[in-house]
Amino acid sequence: MSIGHDAIAAKGWLRAHRWLLARRVSQLGILALFLLGPLAGVWIVKGNLSYSLTLGVLPLTDPLVQLQSLLARHLPETKAIVGAAIVLAFYLVVGGRVFCSWVCPMNLVTDAAAWLRERLGIRGGAHASREARYWILAMTLVLAALTGSLAWELVNPVSMLHRGLIFGLGAVWLVILAIFLFDLFVMKDGWCGHFCPVGAFYGLLGKVSLLRTAAVRRSACNDCMDCFAVCPEPQVIRPALKGVEGAGPVILAGACSNCGRCIDVCAKDVFAYGTRFGGRVENVSASARTASTCK
Amino acid sequence: MERQQPKKSVAAARRQFLIDAARMACGVGLLGVGIGLYARQAKALPPLAIRPPGALKEGDFLGACIRCGLCVRDCPYDILSLATPEEPVATGTPYFVARQLPCEMCEDIPCVKACPTGALDHALTDINKSKMGLAVLVDQENCLNFLGLRCDICYRVCPVIDKAITLEQQLNARTGKHALFIPTVHSEACTGCGKCEKACPLEVAAIKVYPVELAKGEPGKHYRLGWVEQQKAGGSLVAPDTPHQYNLPEGMRYESGKGLLSGEAPPAAPASPPAVPRALQGGKL
Repeated sequence: MSIGHDAIAAKGWLRAHRWLLARRVSQLGILALFLLGPLAGVWIVKGNLSYSLTLGVLPLTDPLVQLQSLLARHLPETKAIVGAAIVLAFYLVVGGRVFCSWVCPMNLVTDAAAWLRERLGIRGGAHASREARYWILAMTLVLAALTGSLAWELVNPVSMLHRGLIFGLGAVWLVILAIFLFDLFVMKDGWCGHFCPVGAFYGLLGKVSLLRTAAVRRSACNDCMDCFAVCPEPQVIRPALKGVEGAGPVILAGACSNCGRCIDVCAKDVFAYGTRFGGRVENVSASARTASTCK
Repeated sequence: MERQQPKKSVAAARRQFLIDAARMACGVGLLGVGIGLYARQAKALPPLAIRPPGALKEGDFLGACIRCGLCVRDCPYDILSLATPEEPVATGTPYFVARQLPCEMCEDIPCVKACPTGALDHALTDINKSKMGLAVLVDQENCLNFLGLRCDICYRVCPVIDKAITLEQQLNARTGKHALFIPTVHSEACTGCGKCEKACPLEVAAIKVYPVELAKGEPGKHYRLGWVEQQKAGGSLVAPDTPHQYNLPEGMRYESGKGLLSGEAPPAAPASPPAVPRALQGGKL
């Protein structure tokens, strides 16, 4: 039986795809705002995800790119710093990897690969540690400091894709196709779940961010395993859902991207968005430890 | 990962941790070396790609530019573009190619104003002071002016006409009676906008804009031009300038620029006091 069948039966198709649809609206909407300028001449947002200016006043800077630039020993104009601060503050509230699942254009590509992988019944493949992304993140920062340039931005598929869609793709489609095929045939959730340092950076923010997904009604869980099957970071669910070592119901792992797929796919409405402080009954240190060791 | 294994000895766990860490460090390190070497190569900007006005030196620029493209957006003439990965310019950074579209040198420099990082230096407020590159008349064999024609196009289109490019008159040795008007670039005034390269009527431009460090020579730090130093000092630094003595037949004289002349010299202008080195002016000379 396909994932989410129970949820569709219990809640109807629309409610069983509520957050998925919201995410797609968000991803495509943000992209549309960026494209409105170059395509239709309506300049609401100028720039790309590295830095943008909205309505001529609101600066938004990619904090990781800005951090690399600082490590390359360049102090930017104030507006870039302000933009980075706004973005940092935003994701510290809504959840670090909300960037990944609600904004990043790469997610559309890797989600498509994951969907096709499921449809084609492709199982197995190469394995890599999900910790690799943090190492790659460290490498990007070290490279910036050593080379004095934004070395990672020469090859970063995330910024490449978004910039390409707005300013001209060139050969970027090749890189994106390679990642799509890698995710499809070589490794499930390969790019976003294992290697992307941008996601790793936001994942670190997610470790302390306010808005979190929580298994608030975990006593209602009937072990259908649909949430594990649909989640791109399934290792984050178990502590919260099963209360491993006395963990509370809030998913505290930074890798959780608040995508809401578990909320959609659960027929029993076990999951819901909440704050990291919500419904935490067990002692803090135990739950925090479990969350971080189970990434 | 190997996390779920039941209680192992501390030593075994430590061993596993170290192995995992080494595996990661080596794998990611390999990737890092690759990207690092690529980043070094990417610092070599091809001569035809010109950065927008106010761009920091290429090495600094690549650490400062965050590839947002706001300079591209705010350029009213749409001359800038962001490099795509297959181009030989660092991915995502802005540049233009003068032969295709040169910089129009807007007085308010909107591209610099738009830059959020200062990769385009906000200290640049006068576009005439920008140094995007330096025009060089590379091909003296095909330049029409060098051939004795009055093309003059590079000179005419130059936004800093008569300062950045002047026409220097020379004798046309081929005809022996005409003049050559040699377009001559003056580096202190040239902004590197590329209008001359764009306008050159040859199939391939004879005048091209190159990065300043590629186009410009530089004498050794110790090198001094004698006549400049002499002027600064107000006189000769080593020995007094003495008028040249000609050993001529009677009734002949020599004038600089005119050669040998007959007849007596015109009444000499009141002789200016001989230039005396300052060091010697104290004594009687």
